[in-house]
Amino acid sequence: MTAAVDFSHVSRQFGSGAAAVRAVDDVSLTIAEGEFFAMLGPSGSGKTTCLRLISGFESPNDGTIRIFGQDMGSVPPNRRHVNTVFQDYALFPHMTVRDNVAYGLMVRGVDRRTRMARAEEMLGLVHLPEFGGRKPGQLSGGQRQRVALARALVNEPRVLLLDEPLGALDLKLREAMQDELKSLQKRLGITFVFVTHDQGEALSMADRVAVFSKGKIVQTGSPAEVYERPATRFVADFVGSSNVLDPAQSARLGGPARWTSLRPEAIRLAGEGTPGTVTTLRYLGAGTRVSVALAAGEDLGVLLPAGAPVPAPGDPVRLTWERSAMHAMEGEA
Amino acid sequence: MSAALDPAHPARGPGDRLTGLFWRRPSVLLALLLAPPLLWLGVVYVGSLVALLWQSFYSIDEFSGVVVPELTLKTYAELLRPSNADVILRTATMAAAVTIASAVLAFPIAYYAARYAKGRWKAAFYLGVMLPLWSSYLVKVYAWKLILAKEGIVTWAFEGLGAGNLLNAVLAIPVIGGNSLSTSYIGTFLVFLYVWLPFMILPMQASLERVPATMLEASGDLGARPGQTFRHVILPLAMPGVIAGSIFTFSLTLGDYIIPQIVGSSRLFIGQAVYTLQGTAGNIPLAAAFAVVPILIMLVYLAVARRLGAFDAL
Repeated sequence: MTAAVDFSHVSRQFGSGAAAVRAVDDVSLTIAEGEFFAMLGPSGSGKTTCLRLISGFESPNDGTIRIFGQDMGSVPPNRRHVNTVFQDYALFPHMTVRDNVAYGLMVRGVDRRTRMARAEEMLGLVHLPEFGGRKPGQLSGGQRQRVALARALVNEPRVLLLDEPLGALDLKLREAMQDELKSLQKRLGITFVFVTHDQGEALSMADRVAVFSKGKIVQTGSPAEVYERPATRFVADFVGSSNVLDPAQSARLGGPARWTSLRPEAIRLAGEGTPGTVTTLRYLGAGTRVSVALAAGEDLGVLLPAGAPVPAPGDPVRLTWERSAMHAMEGEA
Repeated sequence: MSAALDPAHPARGPGDRLTGLFWRRPSVLLALLLAPPLLWLGVVYVGSLVALLWQSFYSIDEFSGVVVPELTLKTYAELLRPSNADVILRTATMAAAVTIASAVLAFPIAYYAARYAKGRWKAAFYLGVMLPLWSSYLVKVYAWKLILAKEGIVTWAFEGLGAGNLLNAVLAIPVIGGNSLSTSYIGTFLVFLYVWLPFMILPMQASLERVPATMLEASGDLGARPGQTFRHVILPLAMPGVIAGSIFTFSLTLGDYIIPQIVGSSRLFIGQAVYTLQGTAGNIPLAAAFAVVPILIMLVYLAVARRLGAFDAL
């Protein structure tokens, strides 16, 4: 089976000479058909540039990009079977919602009756059947997001690109949209490529996650793989803010003499174990994150579940965890 | 009292009390700020406009040449006489031609400035567009008279390129042609175009600047070719700027009486008609009626633009 999207040694550089910045640096990746693929990374890590390379708004300086086997080297954005949900939605303010959704059909010369019917159908799909006659300015952020989704889906793309589509929504709406996007993707069977800096979003929605740092992919894998077995210090810290221990610290705490990740939720407060002192508390609602300074000098984050007794800053505590929770990482970076 | 409430910030006299008043009642400040311009606009500006409108309903006694201060439509009937209607038609046609030509010329410049020009180039753009506005209008018009004259640089350049016949062929076109560029409608048109172009570029550039780049990308992403993106997205979103610019170019051309006097055939434009009627002829009512014409044309123009949805993107 041909991959939906295939990057082979792709680089994209901005500027030239000494000021050149490699936004995407020798990236190779394969996204399978029908996959929900997340590109996760901090801002400036190259994930959005990768998305724009797929949509065609950027061209690679090096390497080849294939979409369903076809080399995209000389294919402009308007001739790619790829559509994008933009971060700012980019709805056309002078058109009604219905005309916005039907835009992709209009520019392809579909007759008015058919495209209006299709637009209504898409608006039904995103649960906005009554809103066709309004202007985008009269909609809320969440509604605009759905219109942008309907507009991108009307062309029946083979790959749908989503650029931080939930970033502007409040938490409640974001969670609802996460579920909705996921079920929509299952129903339509379209390949989704999703860019986000929110690790929770990537883990909860994606089939596979690529973690970006400084223009490179540092790890690709299922959400569980990336979370439980981070390949590098960067991944361990960025995905779920793990405790990262250097080889000496790890050995001192009973782990392998390698760079090691120890998840905060794997650590428990107990009557025995490694002694330390509570420094700060951060109440998270569903739990409390406790920073503990160990006698040997390390600082460990511990996640206490809600309902567990919470110590006060300055309290002496003892920490214990399973040896298997200490995951040795290959890379150092 | 306030000193007792907040010893760190004691009241410091009338200035503080005034600030307090403005803070408690923002409408007082607003009224104070708006009063002078509203007085100016209301009394001086609208007032004189109404006086003008009023006088256009007076008439002139044909024998004595004295203005008869009685309301009548006689003057407007006179305005529609072929010789006067010609002046209106000529001016409106010129204004329309100048507006369309400046929109076409201004668009690429405005688009470049809004979308591509950065830093130094942007400064160069503003300087390039505004610089001509800093020198005297009369100097520029007279300079153009020399440029377009039969012995001028344009004729010389055409002949030097061996295209003298081409220029003569253009000047031989009836109505818009003439003896030389500086005595033809073509010349008048060129000078109008030069003088008013900045007034089209600047509002256009401002409206294009407000179109986010992602909107153009979204259009291409959905399958639109560049031409389609231009027609369905860029142009409608730039329309308020185009309309604003065209209001400038159109109304400035309608009212100008210097350019057609210096460059062009000797046939009258509205501005010149007003000038002669209120001066030597002393026919104030007809001059007023002439002056009402551009106002009416602009009102109709705006109504049509609004009807066509030019302001939908505002």
